[in-house]
Amino acid sequence: MSEYLVDIKNEKLSFFTPAGEVKALNDVSIHLREGEVLGIVGESGSGKSVTAYSLMGLTAHPGKLIGGELNFNGHQVENMTEKEMRQIRGNEISIIFQDPMTSLNPVYTIGNQITEVIRLHTDKTKQEAKARARELLELVGINEPERRLKQYPHELSGGMRQRVMIAIALACEPKLLIADEPTTALDVTIQAQILELMMELKDKLGMAIIMITHDLGVVASMCERIAVMYAGRIVEYGTADDIFYHPKHQYTKGLIRSIPRLDTKEHERLIPIEGTPVDLLNPPAGCPFAPRCDAAMQICLREMPPVTTFDRVHYTQCWLNQKEEMEKGASHE
Amino acid sequence: MVKYIVKRILLAIVTIWAVATLTFFLMNLVPGGPFLSEKAISPQATAALEAKYGLDKPMYQRYLTYMTDALHGDFGDSLKQRGRTVMSIIAMKFPVSARVGGISVLVALILGIPLGSIAALKRGKAADSVISVIATCGIAVPSFVICTVLMYFFGVKLGLLPTMGLQSAKHYIMPVIALSFYPTAYIMRLMRSSMLDVLGQDYMRTARAKGLAGGKILFKHALRNAILPVVTYVGPMLAYTITGSFVVEKIFVIPGLGGEFITAINGRDYTLIMGTTIFLATLVIVMNVVVDIVYKIVDPRIKLK
Ligand SMILES: Nc1ncnc2c1ncn2[C@@H]1O[C@H](COP(=O)(O)OP(=O)(O)OP(=O)(O)O)[C@@H](O)[C@H]1O
Ligand code: SF4
Ligand SMILES: [Mg+2]
Repeated sequence: MSEYLVDIKNEKLSFFTPAGEVKALNDVSIHLREGEVLGIVGESGSGKSVTAYSLMGLTAHPGKLIGGELNFNGHQVENMTEKEMRQIRGNEISIIFQDPMTSLNPVYTIGNQITEVIRLHTDKTKQEAKARARELLELVGINEPERRLKQYPHELSGGMRQRVMIAIALACEPKLLIADEPTTALDVTIQAQILELMMELKDKLGMAIIMITHDLGVVASMCERIAVMYAGRIVEYGTADDIFYHPKHQYTKGLIRSIPRLDTKEHERLIPIEGTPVDLLNPPAGCPFAPRCDAAMQICLREMPPVTTFDRVHYTQCWLNQKEEMEKGASHE
Repeated sequence: MVKYIVKRILLAIVTIWAVATLTFFLMNLVPGGPFLSEKAISPQATAALEAKYGLDKPMYQRYLTYMTDALHGDFGDSLKQRGRTVMSIIAMKFPVSARVGGISVLVALILGIPLGSIAALKRGKAADSVISVIATCGIAVPSFVICTVLMYFFGVKLGLLPTMGLQSAKHYIMPVIALSFYPTAYIMRLMRSSMLDVLGQDYMRTARAKGLAGGKILFKHALRNAILPVVTYVGPMLAYTITGSFVVEKIFVIPGLGGEFITAINGRDYTLIMGTTIFLATLVIVMNVVVDIVYKIVDPRIKLK
């Protein structure tokens, strides 16, 4: 068994669409210890969700894993059958989604939807499962749990529903909770409450979290490790300190510049990085960020940048970083 | 709930009244009359008959008389079938149509729901194409064509099935096929599109993420949501189907209400036309209320108003 709870090595995943092969993930490696929080940031389409879903064996059709290893809690996910996967989903690994308004089934009560997962993975009786559901609702800070159990999703607010989703995700005390933009669809004040709740529950239950988000502010406050994704690659990986105070990759630097400062107003929030994301159907031979990069060099267009490591944790994939490190190394001699 | 029921009853009364009134005047504006076509009857006899049934009076007066009687539950005698009340004719013919029609609707549901779901689950595959072709045929081909084809092959050519009447279970086969063809096709299409919609919903992803098995996801989480449009369609469809189809009843010689209704129209059997129309309208309204209630049970988001 590996020292890591999650150990993804060189994952390659493509969607075989009628238009051609969409290379959604190219050599993605991620590792995470028990109880750690990893943030994955990157713009829309960079492959954050695809990475997370593939770890749960939930890759959407026509997606296919074409290379790499996915280790989770002693399982080799890439070799598991659907039936084996079902036993760990919702049990050892859980997920909460972006939109709590649509993630609960509208025709069943909250109680039904929580007890369903408890009864599936444990041999609790109906009564015990219900008691556990009540306990979970209390845990996620929902008042009057007895009454809520009998309510339908449409009778609850967005924030409440996300709490219910968290209750469902935590019902079987998973080792890993994946949160795919859990607060994007919520009001700002509710966002803060939900994040606070997640951190509180992490401390209480000790699960690891993979936090997927567009919002660098969220990862800054929550995550020990951060992976910056671009065009299906992890272009920079490091501690929160590395990413926020010593960003190396040009894309990460752009992201950090786009963080709203406290004194900016809502409407002038993001200074987006110029240009459009790369077309994953026809990815360029070189660095996928080259068309948008101020520092692009000849070689960037021709060849894929190698990994440049700065210390045990921090690394990037960028020619400029590679060049700088080599020069630094040379000047030391 | 009480408010809803009261409201629906009031609405039903108004609707039935409007339907009855419209039918009454339209029917009387169409040229012809119940006793005109019968050559054997002398003009004097015709006049006497018309006087007996009050047909010599002005239209508005006849309307008032009819409505007053109807309000008292008296729908009059048939003008053509001497000695029979409209009520007794409906009471005799409706059960026949209802039995054939009811079985047909059941068949349509039993075939349409699974086939439509399968088409959605196998989208783009061979099964989907086959089902879609069948559904398109079922919707496009008129029932008299289906009846004739069935009759020719199974009745005449192969001699497998009886062609008229309803004496045995075997007799039901062809009429039921003919009657259920269109609704089966329609339900298949409805079910396919609503199932496709449901399969793409976020809560289906949640169900998978919980670790539920495919069957459980389909039967518990998908079906109940996907079936809603079918519920809406089945109510009125049931009302129309159990009151009988003229074409099917004529071709297979079934003594049902559908055939009776068309005969009544052709013969200007005014009282029978009125009675049948009001009966059908009431049935449709009742079915719609039933649909509303079933819908509310299946989908808790719906409020009855
Ligand atoms: N079902 C699919 N069919 C084809 N391509 C897909 C499918 N799902 C994802 N992709 C491709 O995978 C890429 C990564 O998608 P993913 O959903 O992981 O992005 P993301 O980083 O989560 O973005 P967002 O922030 O918008 O959620 C997309 O660019 C898209 O082209
Ligand atoms: S590899 Fe080149 S193009 Fe890519 S980020 Fe680095 S400097 Fe820019
Ligand atoms: Mg996503």
